[in-house]
Amino acid sequence: MTGLLPLSVRKAEVILRGKRIVGPVDLDLDVEGFTIVMGPNGAGKTTLLRMIHGLVRLSGGEISWNLPVREARTRQAFVSQTPAILRRTVQDNIAYPLILGGTPRRLAREKAAEWTERVGLGPALQRQAVVLSGGEKQKLAIARALITEPELLFLDEPTANLDGRSMKEIEAILGEARSRGRRIVMATHNVGQARRLASEVVFVYRGNVHEHRDAAGFFDDPHSDEARAFIYGDIVE
Amino acid sequence: MKRLGARLIPSLSLGFALAVSGASAQSQEMKLAVTTSFHNSGLSDILVPEIAKDLDLEVQLLVVGTGQALRLGRAGDVDAILVHSRAAEEQFVADGFATHRREIMYNDFVLVGPSSDPAGIAEAADIGAALSRIAKAEAPFASRGDDSGTHRREISLWDIAGVDVAQQSAWYRSVGAGMGATLNLASGMNAYVLSDRASWLNFGNKGDLALLFSGGSQLLNQYAYLPVNLARHRHVASESARLLEGWLTSGKAQALIGAYKISGQRLFVPNAKEADKNS
Amino acid sequence: MSDIWHGLVAAFRLVISFDADLIEIIWLSLRVTLSAVLIASLIGMPLGAWLAIRRFRYRRIIIAVLNALMGLPPVVVGLIVYLLLSRSGPLGVLNLLFTPAAMIIAQVIIITPLIASIAHQAVRDLWFEYHDLLISLNATSRQKMLTLLLDARRALLTAALAGFGRAVGEVGAVIIVGGNIDHATRVLTTAIALETSKGNFALALALGFVLIGLAVTVSLATHGLSRTERGGTW
Repeated sequence: MTGLLPLSVRKAEVILRGKRIVGPVDLDLDVEGFTIVMGPNGAGKTTLLRMIHGLVRLSGGEISWNLPVREARTRQAFVSQTPAILRRTVQDNIAYPLILGGTPRRLAREKAAEWTERVGLGPALQRQAVVLSGGEKQKLAIARALITEPELLFLDEPTANLDGRSMKEIEAILGEARSRGRRIVMATHNVGQARRLASEVVFVYRGNVHEHRDAAGFFDDPHSDEARAFIYGDIVE
Repeated sequence: MKRLGARLIPSLSLGFALAVSGASAQSQEMKLAVTTSFHNSGLSDILVPEIAKDLDLEVQLLVVGTGQALRLGRAGDVDAILVHSRAAEEQFVADGFATHRREIMYNDFVLVGPSSDPAGIAEAADIGAALSRIAKAEAPFASRGDDSGTHRREISLWDIAGVDVAQQSAWYRSVGAGMGATLNLASGMNAYVLSDRASWLNFGNKGDLALLFSGGSQLLNQYAYLPVNLARHRHVASESARLLEGWLTSGKAQALIGAYKISGQRLFVPNAKEADKNS
Repeated sequence: MSDIWHGLVAAFRLVISFDADLIEIIWLSLRVTLSAVLIASLIGMPLGAWLAIRRFRYRRIIIAVLNALMGLPPVVVGLIVYLLLSRSGPLGVLNLLFTPAAMIIAQVIIITPLIASIAHQAVRDLWFEYHDLLISLNATSRQKMLTLLLDARRALLTAALAGFGRAVGEVGAVIIVGGNIDHATRVLTTAIALETSKGNFALALALGFVLIGLAVTVSLATHGLSRTERGGTW
């Protein structure tokens, strides 16, 4: 089976109401790895991910997958920083992408129950999802993204505003997903988390990709002053 | 997605069941437009069940003003009309919307007003004098103002009295409503008002109003029956309308009409003529 | 004050006596209005959802028109429906004038804009929240609408109840197209209008209280049913 990756982004940009939010960006994503998109708040991490996934329209440039666009979209999943929680039970939330894709309801619900267990939400299976805590909602969203077995998973700051325990659990879930072959691209501004998870780093600053390197190289010897300041916890505007 | 459907389907079928189960089981139906004044008299409550018994015919009454009744007849939305506005009825026949007009009965109009009678109409010699006194005293007067049979009669009575109500404003209030609403308004502001006797007697909110003036040929109110012309509207139940006409002019119906009383008063005088087909 | 008290007493007497005419009138009111609410919901709710998720040139104009139509005087609707259904009108052959079906049509026209507007607002808020998820999952327009409508069910219930309230208490249109025919098209509101015109305020008021009771009962029943159906607490 032909894979989704590699991905090539050329001169891609997003302009909203005359203001350039992101770009022009050149970026290549390889078949393997765990990419962390880093940068200060407001640097354009979220828009960059949304742009690549296709949630915002390109104002210029192009994004080309190794597959036709229509097919490419079905092999990716996206977890927002504040994921939408459907007004249904946890099980029905997680089963939802499969049902949309035409999986028989019973099978979808069985698989959803499995995934609910896997992300540690087992006891909440039949609860209304909107009453879950912030950490539980993130786990639900990740399970809902992984249930379709996407080749590529985007996550936008999945552990922002979560306590240490939830963060640890979510990192474990992501680590397991990676070991099962999921390609992951995740935005965070938590340097410690980036060090723990990243195989490569994309450093974003003022709407542009400043560095794209393997993680070890980036953390040992960042090229730009901004990246260096960011890693060492100085204030970067 | 299927769940939404599963929820909708029972309520859907309930809705259709609700909508369909109202179909009537009556063998024969016809629609008759009547004026509010006739309906308010309560006579229809006596006649309609008798018609159902004698003719196996369910007469559905549309209670509207004379203007609207004529309009419904013109459009072919009813099978016959029973109204009281001679000039308009004759025009209706002349225009070919009805084959003929058949007089059934008459009652009369009365002048109602505050029991203290500030204009002193109770002593007036005739209706013209009574209305002149109201105009002279500029006592409040409530007019239907809705182009109904009663309103048209009122206008013609003001002509007799020689008062041009179009020139009046402060005391002459044009209500633009049915008899009941106009009586309610007159009761509320203690105004004089022209009403048919039946509506007045059956009216439940008299307040301080009293019947002050009645009598005289100018206050007579002739009701006529006009079956809608089959040649104009192919769908009308003309056979039922013919049967009903025969019944209304029969000895039995005429006796029922003549015997009908409210508070001990006779309201209607039956005056149908045998086989009077052209009038 | 005493008139209102008499009305209450008369309403109580009417209801406990199970007056056959009253039952018939209540039943017809319910039948007509529930049918109208059902049909208006089937039109208005998908329309509201569609307006929320689609971007097209005349969208704003349609929404503005819908909002304006909410204030449409029922009498005008009644007159238009009468002219359409009259034997001399374009739809006269259907022979629907002065039937419950005509009243349902008029009420559908009156409440569809209301239901569509409330549905549009509710779905729009939810769409704002669900947008990324549904786009990301490649949901079709139909799937988007069904998901949003299902998940906005509480607000849609409110929309349907608002429609019910407006329709069941409406008199101007149904008296024109229904004709207030005894035992055929007489509903609570037209009966109230009739009794008021006869000056029978106590009876009119009694029927008014029955009408209020009916609206409250329907509202309570709807909320009760929807809660047992869902089982969740949120």
